[in-house]
Amino acid sequence: MESIKDKVAIVGMGCTRFGERWDAGLDDLVIEAAYETYEDAGIDPGDIQACWYGSVTQPVVGIGCTHLAGPLKLHGIPMTRVENWCITGHEALRNACFGIACGMYDLVLALGVEKLKDTGFPGLGTGRGMSTVLEARRTAPGSFGMIATRYFHTYGLSPEEGKRAIAKIAVKNHYNGSLCPKSHFRNRITLEQVLNAPIIAWPLGLFDCCGNSDGSAAAILVPANQARKYRDDPVYIKGIGAAHAALLPQNRPGFDWLHFEEVMNASRQAYEQAGVKNPRKQIDLAEVHDCFTSTELLLYELLGFSPEGRAREDIDSGFFELGGGLPVNSDGGLKCFGHPVGASGLRMTYEVYKQLQGKAESPERQLRDVRLGISQTFGGPPQVSAVAVLGKELGYP
Amino acid sequence: MAGIISYGAYIPLWRLARDTIAGAWGSASIGGERSVANNDEDTVTMASEAAIDCLAGLEREKVDALYFASTTSPYKEKECSTLVATAADLRTEIITADFGNSLRAATAAFRAALDAVASGSASQVLVTASDCRIGYPRSNYEQTFGDAAAALLIGNTAKSAVMVEGSYSLSNELYDVWRLDKDIYVQSWEDRFIIEHGYTENMERAVSALMRKQALSIQDITKAVLYAPTARAQQGLARRLGLDVKTQLQDLLIDNVGITGCAHALLMLVAVLEQAKAGDKILVASYGSGCDAFLLRVTEKIEESRRDGRGVNGYLNSRRPLSDYARYLSYRGLLEPQPGEPFRLFPAATTSWRERNWAIRMHGSKCNNCGTVTFPVERVCYNCRSKDDFEEVRLSDKKARVFTYTLDNLAGRSDDPTVPQIGVEFDFRNARAYLLMTDCAPNEVKVDMPVEMTFRRLYEGAGMYNYFWKSRPIR
Repeated sequence: MESIKDKVAIVGMGCTRFGERWDAGLDDLVIEAAYETYEDAGIDPGDIQACWYGSVTQPVVGIGCTHLAGPLKLHGIPMTRVENWCITGHEALRNACFGIACGMYDLVLALGVEKLKDTGFPGLGTGRGMSTVLEARRTAPGSFGMIATRYFHTYGLSPEEGKRAIAKIAVKNHYNGSLCPKSHFRNRITLEQVLNAPIIAWPLGLFDCCGNSDGSAAAILVPANQARKYRDDPVYIKGIGAAHAALLPQNRPGFDWLHFEEVMNASRQAYEQAGVKNPRKQIDLAEVHDCFTSTELLLYELLGFSPEGRAREDIDSGFFELGGGLPVNSDGGLKCFGHPVGASGLRMTYEVYKQLQGKAESPERQLRDVRLGISQTFGGPPQVSAVAVLGKELGYP
Repeated sequence: MAGIISYGAYIPLWRLARDTIAGAWGSASIGGERSVANNDEDTVTMASEAAIDCLAGLEREKVDALYFASTTSPYKEKECSTLVATAADLRTEIITADFGNSLRAATAAFRAALDAVASGSASQVLVTASDCRIGYPRSNYEQTFGDAAAALLIGNTAKSAVMVEGSYSLSNELYDVWRLDKDIYVQSWEDRFIIEHGYTENMERAVSALMRKQALSIQDITKAVLYAPTARAQQGLARRLGLDVKTQLQDLLIDNVGITGCAHALLMLVAVLEQAKAGDKILVASYGSGCDAFLLRVTEKIEESRRDGRGVNGYLNSRRPLSDYARYLSYRGLLEPQPGEPFRLFPAATTSWRERNWAIRMHGSKCNNCGTVTFPVERVCYNCRSKDDFEEVRLSDKKARVFTYTLDNLAGRSDDPTVPQIGVEFDFRNARAYLLMTDCAPNEVKVDMPVEMTFRRLYEGAGMYNYFWKSRPIR
């Protein structure tokens, strides 16, 4: 197996303002993200040779790439819609990478979009997926709440201790989001607010849950050896991994609800391709799938940032804050920036891309000396994960 | 002659104090409490519970027929006995039949079962009876009715705990209680007329005729199971028959359950059998547009019939108070709760049919190669990828515990806003399942809490009721 390292470069990215975009339909979001991307890459839409389009919920029955081709008036080129739970945005990116890496295309568009706020209810709804009865009342906070319950139980945390640990993640991500003009939520919150918020799915309270947002993000990819034609500061794909687990966690015989093989396998693939041997030391910033604060807690460990069962120590020391050793979700994450499902993998990649270029929108949030970052998504009930490692220098690490 | 091999019952967990009903209306309370089926229960799920209770420790493969009796079947057209038989994981090559429309539906099913066994067309017949009748708000019936189910396994005398020695029936055309095909609530004529010329007159005639037929006097009866709409009607009849109310009359279960429709005579009988001794003579009489009366004799096999089923006594003692009247109305669908989040996937006849073995029978798959058990049934083994090399195993009767859980406040209906979603681990090869928990106080759910399986109605969609299994704290 060959590595994807340094074969593909991102030369342009765009991201809409996330949030309750009552003003914008799916098509408007696509246009907003795509045109920022074109401008950033300095390309004309006519230069695009192929597209990968990620969208999960809209419309319920898939209609291919109609909502990409139509609003952007792209024609005569191949377009593929991808859908893979919450890693959909990453899947658009990953498949676009392969279109470039195999030499088939010289310039492609990866775009993810989700319009959640036309459904009339908060959250992603229930009864999705596989069966009329198995998932009848399954919700996203419920499924991830079950991970939190098991994490607390396994590591002997009382509900109060556990909730306090994850509450700090909410406070951090709200702070980061407050510095982001495009973020869904821009309010700073206190630990007490998090702990006193109404329960959504025990042990998760309101502020443990991510935004249910509309939004879109996109990238233009080219072969790495052509990247400098477009800009001086391209960002290179160092590794990109994705993995699926065979069964829903609920059904896996003997599963401990902590060692999600899909996350461990996706990160192992991406780290190996990139040459990352010590993620805690080598990775300078990470955008991880904080759909719920408890997910971020577990991901610190599964992605190799903290030793098993000890992420709390790093939370307490501020290791993952903007000024810490490994800032995580510097843009506020899903928690605050928002989680329009199909767009999220690309939105995270957008943040890493901007940070590596030194172009984060607000100087307060710009990280210093960043060379390598990752974006990571985790989705399904959950069952699937993707990890992309990105860097700004060829040959590093 | 045929007799009763085993017996079982089911009484819902929730009990509504009649003072609560009366308090809501500013009316008089008759005291005590009544059982209330949960909002995920109906006569099919209650009958399934009673059937499984009755079959505890027995070989389910030996059952040749299942009858379902109810005046409140969830379907007007669609056989419910097949559904109960499938939930109870009986063979498919069995006789099924639904009995309805009469408060005597259960004793009609009982008689049909006795006849089937006596004639040799079946060697074991499981009779289930279940009712969930609704009285008009503020009516007496609202207080006196209860919800429950009972089950009797009928077989030949060689194995019977109870022998049926004789019976007598009569029919009587009368409007005393009725419901039109479109009615929700039970209608009735004036009490004084229907008790005197309906209930008392016909029950007395039938019981007296049975006594004459069997050449017995009423004093020979150890326990009399007399169905009645009220305690007063029952005691009045008992006195006219010459029964000693204190020693011979089985308690009507009105103080703690309520009158449970066609299931009630069998429910009272099960309560008697739980205490019965060899040699006891039991009179059973049910009423509804006439009367069915039976004379039973308890054999020495009665001791063997006491297995690990819960029966009336077990379920009576396992109870939780339903805190308010509004919740009762909502559980019965008389107040419409705000629905939970909409279901994205509606039932389809095709999928329900394909999935019946795991969804209704609660079968998992056990790999013949490595022994891994998964739920639902998996054709390719999760552990060793053996393809189509498994046997189906029943998980509905396996104990389990909470491995992890959440208490979800997003998806529930407004009368039960918190939905405990549970990752359970069975005490059977670490098999797992994702199941909602019902009949619980959500704040009492804990990791490692023991749970058992219960068959429930999940939701209505596409014009059908959709059934599946849930977990519940052990009752």
